[in-house]
Order: sequence, then structure tokens, then C-alpha cells
Amino acid sequence: MALKQTLKELWHKLGSPRWFYQISGPWVTGFGVLALLLLGSGIVWGLAFAPPDYQQGNSFRIMYVHVPAAMVAQSVYISMGIAGLVLFVWRMKVADIAIAACLPFGIMLTALALFSGGVWGRPTWGTWWEWDGRTVSTLVLLFLYIGIFALREAILDSQMRARASALVAMVGTINIPIIKYSVDWWHTLHQPASITLTEKPTMPAEMWLPLLVMVLGMYFFAGHNIITRMRLEILRRESGTRWVRNLVLPEPTVKGSG
Amino acid sequence: MNLSVLFLREWRVLIRNRAAMINPIVFMFLAVMLFAVGSPLQDNTRALYGGAVLWLIVLLTNMLSLDSLFRRDFDNGTLEQMMVTADLPLLAVLVKIVVQWLGTGFLMVLLSPLLCLFLGLPGSAIVKTALLLLAGTPALSLLGAVGAAMTVGFARGGVLLGLLVLPLFLPVLVFGASGVSSEVAGISANAQLYWLAFISMVALLIGPFATTAGLKISLQL
Repeated sequence: MALKQTLKELWHKLGSPRWFYQISGPWVTGFGVLALLLLGSGIVWGLAFAPPDYQQGNSFRIMYVHVPAAMVAQSVYISMGIAGLVLFVWRMKVADIAIAACLPFGIMLTALALFSGGVWGRPTWGTWWEWDGRTVSTLVLLFLYIGIFALREAILDSQMRARASALVAMVGTINIPIIKYSVDWWHTLHQPASITLTEKPTMPAEMWLPLLVMVLGMYFFAGHNIITRMRLEILRRESGTRWVRNLVLPEPTVKGSG
Repeated sequence: MNLSVLFLREWRVLIRNRAAMINPIVFMFLAVMLFAVGSPLQDNTRALYGGAVLWLIVLLTNMLSLDSLFRRDFDNGTLEQMMVTADLPLLAVLVKIVVQWLGTGFLMVLLSPLLCLFLGLPGSAIVKTALLLLAGTPALSLLGAVGAAMTVGFARGGVLLGLLVLPLFLPVLVFGASGVSSEVAGISANAQLYWLAFISMVALLIGPFATTAGLKISLQL
């Protein structure tokens, strides 16, 4: 019962942007430090120490950027869909701020995944761009992101903008598996996913361990980046309130002096 | 509100507003003509790309007609009255989508032999193409209605509607086009037919609910 009570209180508190701003300060630092450590060590490990692939030689090393970017880009979209559900059902302001923060980061990562995929495709497939199943589903992910972004730009009323983008994010999230499998089962050139949750990796440990470190690091970087954006957005939206003013100008201003 | 009353009302609006129904279809034939004229003269290339072009044109035509799905009723206030007074706004929305489908998707099914002829598809593929369209076009109307509901409040929602809706149409294009080309190659397209039916069923589960929610957002109810 006590746990349930605590959770319920936490839920109510999460609805307040001010509380979220105050609680999330240490998260940003923590996630940032973890991301820096993991991404820094993972990239050195992957690029310099992991053994070369017996078929692809050294070109496979771009995997250490490509796979984390693609994985996190999808996860960010799905979390945007979940934020949409939260906003739609509980009308939680913080959820809309989360959607707004996820968009630019998600677009950036999806673009990075497509670009690094092209760079990797050139030596291995012999082409910069191929209309392969998973390339297409990543490109569609980019278009879904841009669609929500454009919708948010088009609506002026903030209440309406929040609900509209939440709804579109949810519909897009439901469609992601259908889009993904429909293009995957169509003609595909892409190698199957190297790391899945259910099966043993097809690579030796010296190769997939740095990849795991990079993926974890990218998730922490996503957390760091998105929460930082959320905090900025909260300050912008609440700029008229007293707590933000007190935060920026800690001493009470003296009227009429000077 | 009675279901048949709702249906009759939408049907009459469709019949009396002929331009909204005919213009997209004219656009469709125009697009087919432009492709046929622009493609190389050898017949075999046209048959090779026919399936993809057919479905692409169907997608775009559907998108064009979706823009006017709620617009007129939104502008004159009928839509707001419907959403407020209907016992089940979901049902009113579903009827609107069904009638829109009758005016575009179903019409395309009826006209598909003609389209196949213009695109140089073999006669053996005509029946299957019509069936593929019958299974796939409901998904276009159901998913597209969500985008139409979201953009009905904007004066020029057309481009944004495409941006929101076309990525969701991708699975229909994939299975529709591969169905036509496998039928042209002499392989049965039953698998793609069942997939399209499945996608339409999923769209039936999501579409009307999301469209109703979208209309409520656009009407600020």
C-alpha cells in the first residue's frame, strides 16, 4: 500500500513542470557523465582494439556508430508515442514537453543512421544508397518524425498542438511494426540484425561487447540530450512565473534604486 | 441518430457534389496518361512498372480526395453539430469514411480494368488487380481520414496531409505493387491479397477512433 501511495504521488508530481525541472538537474549530469564514459571508451575499443571482420575487414567498424544510432532513433520514436498516450489520457503537460524535446534529437539520430548506413554500404554493398527493406523503414521513420515536426509548426494554439502531435505520434507508433515488417519481408539486402534480445550474437565477444557499450552510451546520451531540451523548454514556457524569475535572479530586485 | 439516416445523408452529399468525386478520378487517368506517354515505347517496360505506377497513382488520388473529406462540413458547421449531437460520434465518422471509400477506392476497383489496359498489364492480371485494390483501398481511406481530421482546420492542409499520411500508406503500396507484379509474372498473388486485407482490418481498428479524436482536437471540443 505504501508503495502504491508513493507511486501515485510521484505520478501527480510528474505533472508539474516545475517539479520536473527541480528533480531532473542531477539526472542531466549523471546521464551526461555516463554517456561520455561509455561512448568514449566504446568508440576507442571498437575502432582501435576490436578485431577486423573476416569478410568486411575494417569497414565493419562503422557499425559502432550506425547500430546505436538506428536503435536509439527507433526507441526515441516509441517513447514519443508513449508520451503521446500519457498526454492524451492524463493531459500531462510534461509529456508534451517530452515530445517537443524528442523530435529534434530523433531527427538528428535518424539522419545519422541513414548517413552512416550509406557510408557503410559503399564498401560492403558497392552502393551508397539501396532501396533495401531496413533502409526504407529508417527513411520512413525520418518522414514520420518530420511529419509531426511540420504539424507542430503549423498549429499555433499550444493546447491543440500538444493533443494533435500526441495523436499522430501514437498512430505512427502503432504503424511502425507494420511498416517495418512489410518492407523487411519485401526484397532485402541488409544483413539481419546482429544483436537481438532473444538469440546469441553471431559475432565474437570482442566485437559485440564494444557495440553493447556504444548502444548503452547512446541511450544515456539520448537521456541527457532530451532531458536538457525539456528543461530549457520548461524554462521558456514558465518564463513568466515567479519560480523561474527567482531561479534566474536569485536576489530580490530592489525597486527604484540606482 | 439512425445509421441509415447518416448513410443516406452522406450518400446524397457525395452524389450531389459530383465534382469532389469526379475530379480525383480525372486526375488519376491524367496521371496514368502522363506516365504512359513518358515511358519508353517498348510495351514490356510498361508492364514491368505497371503495378508500382498503378498503386502509386491510387495512393496520390486517394490523398487528393481525402483533403475534401471533412472540409465542407467543417466550414459550414455541420461537422461540429454531428460530433456534438450524434449518440456515437465514432459511428458518424465511420459512415463518412465508408462513403468516401465508395466514392474513391471502390470506384477505382470498378475502373481498374481500364487502368490495367492503359498501363499495359496483361488481361490475366485484371481480376487479381481488382481484388487487390478491393482489399487495400479501405486501409487508405481509414488511415488517411486521421490525417484529414488533423489538417481540416488549416486553410491549406494539402501538403501537410501528404506528409502525415503517405508514410502510413507505405505497407499498402509494398503489398499492392508486389501483388500486381507477381500476378503479371504468373505467380498467384493470394499472399499479398491476404496481407492487404490484414492491413485494412488493422486500419479499421485504429482509423475511426483516431479520426474521431482528431476531429475533436480540430474542433476544439
